[in-house]
Amino acid sequence: MKTIDQLEQIRAEISAEMAPRFAADRAQGVERHIMVCAGTGCTSSKSLTIIERFKAELEAQGAAEHNRVVRTGCFGLCAMGPVVLVYPEGIFYSHVTPDDVPEIVSEHILKGNLVERLLHREADTGEATHHLEDMEFYKPQMRIALRNCGKIDPENIDEYLAVDGYKALTRILTEKTPAQEIIDAVKASGLRGRGGAGFSTGQKWQFAANADSEDGVKFVCCNADEGDPGAFMDRSILEGDPHSVIEAMIVAGYAIGAHQGYIYVRAEYPIAVHRLEVAIGQAKEYGLLGEDILGSGFSFDLGLRLGAGAFVCGEETALMTSIEGRRGEPRPRPPFPAVKGLFQRPTLLNNVETYANVTWILNHGADAYAAIGTEKSKGTKVFALGGKITNTGLVEVPMGTTLRTIIYDIGGGCPNGKKFKAAQTGGPSGGCIPESLIDTPIDYDSLTAIGSMMGSGGLIVMDEDNCMVDIAKFFLSFCVDESCGKCAPCRIGTKRLYDLLDKITKGEGTLQDLDTIEELCYHLKDSALCALGQTAPNPVLSTLKHFRDEYVAHVVEKRCPAGVCKDLLRYDVDPDKCKGCTLCTRICPAGAISGVLRAPHSIDHTKCVKCGACMETCRFGAISKH
Amino acid sequence: MPNCKTVVPYRGTPEQEEELLRFVAEHKGQPGGVMPALQKTQQIFGYLPEEALILVAEGMDVPLSELYSVASFYAQFSFNPKGEHQVSVCLGTACYVKGSADVLEAVEKKLGIRTGSITRDGRFSLDATRCIGACGLAPVMTVGGDVYGRLTPDQVGAILDKYM
Repeated sequence: MKTIDQLEQIRAEISAEMAPRFAADRAQGVERHIMVCAGTGCTSSKSLTIIERFKAELEAQGAAEHNRVVRTGCFGLCAMGPVVLVYPEGIFYSHVTPDDVPEIVSEHILKGNLVERLLHREADTGEATHHLEDMEFYKPQMRIALRNCGKIDPENIDEYLAVDGYKALTRILTEKTPAQEIIDAVKASGLRGRGGAGFSTGQKWQFAANADSEDGVKFVCCNADEGDPGAFMDRSILEGDPHSVIEAMIVAGYAIGAHQGYIYVRAEYPIAVHRLEVAIGQAKEYGLLGEDILGSGFSFDLGLRLGAGAFVCGEETALMTSIEGRRGEPRPRPPFPAVKGLFQRPTLLNNVETYANVTWILNHGADAYAAIGTEKSKGTKVFALGGKITNTGLVEVPMGTTLRTIIYDIGGGCPNGKKFKAAQTGGPSGGCIPESLIDTPIDYDSLTAIGSMMGSGGLIVMDEDNCMVDIAKFFLSFCVDESCGKCAPCRIGTKRLYDLLDKITKGEGTLQDLDTIEELCYHLKDSALCALGQTAPNPVLSTLKHFRDEYVAHVVEKRCPAGVCKDLLRYDVDPDKCKGCTLCTRICPAGAISGVLRAPHSIDHTKCVKCGACMETCRFGAISKH
Repeated sequence: MPNCKTVVPYRGTPEQEEELLRFVAEHKGQPGGVMPALQKTQQIFGYLPEEALILVAEGMDVPLSELYSVASFYAQFSFNPKGEHQVSVCLGTACYVKGSADVLEAVEKKLGIRTGSITRDGRFSLDATRCIGACGLAPVMTVGGDVYGRLTPDQVGAILDKYM
């Protein structure tokens, strides 16, 4: 248990220690901080070994005393991982392996010479950029929710304190700020829920504060059940800056009058779970969680609940049912959770990224936040950029930034010179945005207007090699698997939709089927119980709208233009290129290729199983698929 | 996905059962205690054996049917033991658009089993997983705790050979 004075003292001491990270230049005698990303992406490519290696190497080369190795959260540029950043110069090394460590220490740390071969190179020009802030990837970005990711050690509460952490909470508790004042600030900031639907956060807090509870019990919950495939914003915030979420939840508890909170986090995120456990433990130890916080008389406790792999549990009512220890099925609304939520008590539920924004708003003021973004969508949004894009990773941009900026300027475009085809936002609930709409400024309302949605922030890029019918089918198969089965429209409707799409990808569809699909989509939207079912048709409807010609090609010409749908593929031998080497006739598992030595071969399409082995084996490029 | 009662005999030890019972006793009557108890069971035994679930039901005073109802709802719980080496191929969107379905097919061919099942000798089990969040490495496969990224189907054989 610490007093407020002790917290201030820690802040002062640790921020002095962290000075090299914020210094402009390297001065004589200043120590270096070697920041190594330990997010899930970089950890998967051995960044923990790199950290150990740095420690051992600094020790071995006698430099341990004046240099520190810091384990951080995600820097965002996952495609370049493992990533190492050296302060105070701010030098960015990418694709570092444990074997590179001795050279970085002996050259850079000891002699001050940069290790050129490991410097980050821009995708388009190939030029090496030394500093993080000069990189094309970071320039258009604005980091609010991710402000501490990559800057602090997430498992050290002192470093969070040093970057003004728990300052808002301390101020509120000492000044005894009226709850309404806090709620008004959140309202005035214009912050909207970052989980996808975009409901006003301030309003939500107001409803929960106004709600009466028979026994006075209310709850604050955090939705960290990030189930969208390809979305990892929430995970990165929890891995990189868990205390910012915890602090916001305590403030929320104070504002609505709750004394217990729960974070519902995916069990598939072991690192995030671990960092949360550590952070909650440290906050308790410092007296920032628990009874009588900082001697203010206000008590708030926080518990972790692990999800168990059910996408529907990201829906608010299902999430609460799951915390209660039951099958995570949604229930009809109203009553809304703010009135009757967890254990039948008024409950405030926000998403991880929303909470991470709240602490910034409390520190910098609602006006500063409201100055960023578009008229109806304020602030920034974090996107998980993935798929066919050069700079896979996590980006945070002001609302209203265009897709073009995100995909080309930040993302570096599609790799291997392929042509951009579509961007998919909002996961299984969202839609595909074609190239013609790439200049749309992104905010909640503009995305809904073009048939997609913000969703939690997954942004998957697809190039000319992706078949849009296949993508629609992929998302539907996800919804079929994840439908909880409680309501018939979703349970049966998604399956029937999937069957129809499957028929089309097999070349057995009719034009009538396209109309049936559309009709079924609208029925499903209107009648499903929860958002999972209501939004499941979005990927189908948006691809039908923007890529109808691809559907028609499958149905009428029995052809998959992108060459993805196996049943519609045809492999053929180009007689001009074929040298008659007989290699393919021997490799074909179905015995479908015939031909004699030095004469062009041919493929029997009734026997061909479309495995592609012949095409891979052919040394003359004589076999093509179409 | 085949997730019915397993044919593999129960091999729980008295120590494991004791650990489970201790956890159950601590969480009895706690609101929402069923999920943590199931997660603990799976952590101890690697799956949810019927014998252990009976212990949980009796210890927590919850009907076995309710445990089954909850456990069968969530994808994370398995009534089947997993292989010595658990192979998972990510089918999240980022991996999928980069061809992870072909990687999965190559693993199925190599191991001779279908997704969601286990080899006869119990050494390998194969699952298709939801996004594991290593989208920068897509497509991704994990074998036990080892992560393999930026895969092509023809690399699969050599990787699995290391565990054979």
